[in-house]
Amino acid sequence: MSNKENSVGIGLANFWVALGFMTVAVLLGVYQVAERSGFFPSLESPTLYFASVSTHGVLMGFVLTTFFIMGFGYYTATTSLKMPIPGKGFAWFGFWLAIAGTLTAAVPLLTGNASVLYTMYPPLAAHPAFYIGATMLVVGSWFWCIEMIWMMLRWKKAHPGEAVPLVHFGNTANAIMWLWTTIGVGSEALFQLIPWSLGLLETIDVGLARTLFSWTLHAIVYFWLFPAYILLYTIMPKVIGGKLFSDEMGRIAFVMLLVFSVPIGFHHLYMDPFQEAGWKFLHMFGTFMVALPTLFTGFTVIASMEIAGRLRGGKGLFGWISALPWKEPVMVASGAAMLLLTFGGFGGIINASYSLNVMVHNTQWVTGHFHLIFGGTTVILYFAAAYHMFPRMLGRKLHSRSMAVVQLWLWFIGMLVLTLPWHVMGLLGQPRRISSAPYDDPLVQQWNIHEAAMIVGGVILFISTVMLLWNLYKTHSGPAQELQMEYAEAIHPAPRVPQLLNGFAFWNVVIGIYLIASYGYPIAQFFLNTTYGATPWGV
Amino acid sequence: MHIDETEKKWVWITVIMTVIMVGVLTAYAVGSNIHPPSGFEPIDSTRLHLTEEFAEDNLGYKDNGDGTGTLTMVGARYGFYPSRVEVPVDTPIRIRVASADVLHGLHVPFTNYTTMVVPGYVSEVNTTFQKTGDFSVMCNEYCGLGHDHMWSRLKVVPKSGS
Ligand code: HEM
Ligand SMILES: [Cu+2]
Ligand SMILES: [Cu+2]
Repeated sequence: MSNKENSVGIGLANFWVALGFMTVAVLLGVYQVAERSGFFPSLESPTLYFASVSTHGVLMGFVLTTFFIMGFGYYTATTSLKMPIPGKGFAWFGFWLAIAGTLTAAVPLLTGNASVLYTMYPPLAAHPAFYIGATMLVVGSWFWCIEMIWMMLRWKKAHPGEAVPLVHFGNTANAIMWLWTTIGVGSEALFQLIPWSLGLLETIDVGLARTLFSWTLHAIVYFWLFPAYILLYTIMPKVIGGKLFSDEMGRIAFVMLLVFSVPIGFHHLYMDPFQEAGWKFLHMFGTFMVALPTLFTGFTVIASMEIAGRLRGGKGLFGWISALPWKEPVMVASGAAMLLLTFGGFGGIINASYSLNVMVHNTQWVTGHFHLIFGGTTVILYFAAAYHMFPRMLGRKLHSRSMAVVQLWLWFIGMLVLTLPWHVMGLLGQPRRISSAPYDDPLVQQWNIHEAAMIVGGVILFISTVMLLWNLYKTHSGPAQELQMEYAEAIHPAPRVPQLLNGFAFWNVVIGIYLIASYGYPIAQFFLNTTYGATPWGV
Repeated sequence: MHIDETEKKWVWITVIMTVIMVGVLTAYAVGSNIHPPSGFEPIDSTRLHLTEEFAEDNLGYKDNGDGTGTLTMVGARYGFYPSRVEVPVDTPIRIRVASADVLHGLHVPFTNYTTMVVPGYVSEVNTTFQKTGDFSVMCNEYCGLGHDHMWSRLKVVPKSGS
């Protein structure tokens, strides 16, 4: 019998769009490492470089992620709740709106009319089509958010008193978080950037714009990370032949991520004027709070791995590690992701530190940090999800498991080779977002060796990308094999959980209050005082 | 509701770790008065030349006469002005920076002199340079196609009279 859920089409469409744009972005990434190294004089061109970095950042940060998360959400929702996507036309409309937005933004990006980087900080101004396209992409993703919430509510109605499956509890937490998160950049786009770039507003307040952007800038990384965590909790333990250590801890972690990740964005403004130190200090507390759910996750995930290892006959303190199924892509990706997350986590604590941030702010360290956690931890688990879901969606065998395993290790190594030198160069003072290093400073000599290493990293990642695409593409025409999506059971199954861990109404009130407390005055001050706006500047 | 005993212990460990980290940061912030550059001080970036403080002739380092100094700078595409400044070592300095055009980031590697330079707002950094020598003042926020070329120099010299 066939298990074709009605999410297969939209799931695959989202995944392929995500992978397609990611491939373009990887190619740009390789060009960027070559250009910025300064080893190839014929490549030098700031015009091309900044058009490229802007496109690479937008494609990786906004496009790959949004489409991947939507595909993941649809497919896991239908397979865990065992119900179809309601209002499929609605879901497809969101998808096409997001595509239209991406293409609208791509035109100015590729023609050098939006070389303002993915952070789009004013008063550098892009062509209005860039802001409008990006906004359409975000609005498209809201359709997905509504679908996720809608499905959770429907399921609860049909199963009164029962615990919503952890997978979909996570999807919904992410959807709700994303709606709260996008209020910041959404307001910046609608009330500032779009009217200003169209000439309807003469000036905009850069301090206000940066404050609104900070509202989005931290929680967006949790939007990206959520599916990766969901996979670690609900898919990985099953695939490796074990059990989830704790269903309730998963729920607690998801709720904490939802509540704590939006109201703490000021760690992106540590080095900015226009906000008082006290506010930054308060946000620092919140920022450290959001480390907790990640630390809890680390425990549950490693404990779940240990259970699997021991069930497979692993003995001794570390013997269970070698007993794990290291030929299984989901296992390899999860192991690699945990390692990358550990390295990245150390860096993150430095960045989040009220007083240490000054040493690394806006240096190449930061680029290293987010490639490690985002390009590394997060994306490697996206790959794992694709390897796991494609065969199930298509009803076909994965083209090559061993190729998948090699691909994942290559990605892991490539990311380390790319990002470790960046961390070092950052500590050696290299600013981020430079296309060359014309400084007449002996420091620059010390950067060279690291510039060479990062090119090697880029090439490894490119090879890895090709292997990924080939494997998934060939899976479409592989031999038939019917596999079900199965989710991990907890050691102590939780058919019923406390109300607070089975719904979000209460938590939405908490977030609302927390947001007003942390962002209310810092935003209001721009309206209560006389400030001076900035007119648009070309690059 | 079931939370495993080992997991409860881990929760406590993580909470204690977090409290320690935040505690150390708080101790430095409160005890040694270490804060990132902050403060809400609007200024009209299009009229810097008409202000007393940021007019071209008034930029640079001034000795306050009480063992402290003030350094005033402007960031504009593509340089920080004055493009060469000399400041004394081991002297508390109040640095004031404004942008004449777009967003910039000012950073002097291996010192605590780092701040965003935001059009419409004055940035203020309070620091003491602890080593003499030549330093680069680099722009670390993308400000346009010439961003890489935006840099100037800072020389930290021995205190006069010592
Ligand atoms: C072959 C792999 C990759 C290479 C060689 C690469 C290289 C680069 C380079 C050179 C930059 C510019 C950094 C700067 O000038 O400061 C950059 C920026 C960026 N990369 Fe990658 N990257 C790769 C993969 C990824 C992946 C997988 C992601 C995330 C999914 C990612 C996300 C980003 C983002 C968001 C930016 C924007 C940074 C900014 O605007 O400052 N990259 N990348
Ligand atoms: Cu953040
Ligand atoms: Cu710059």
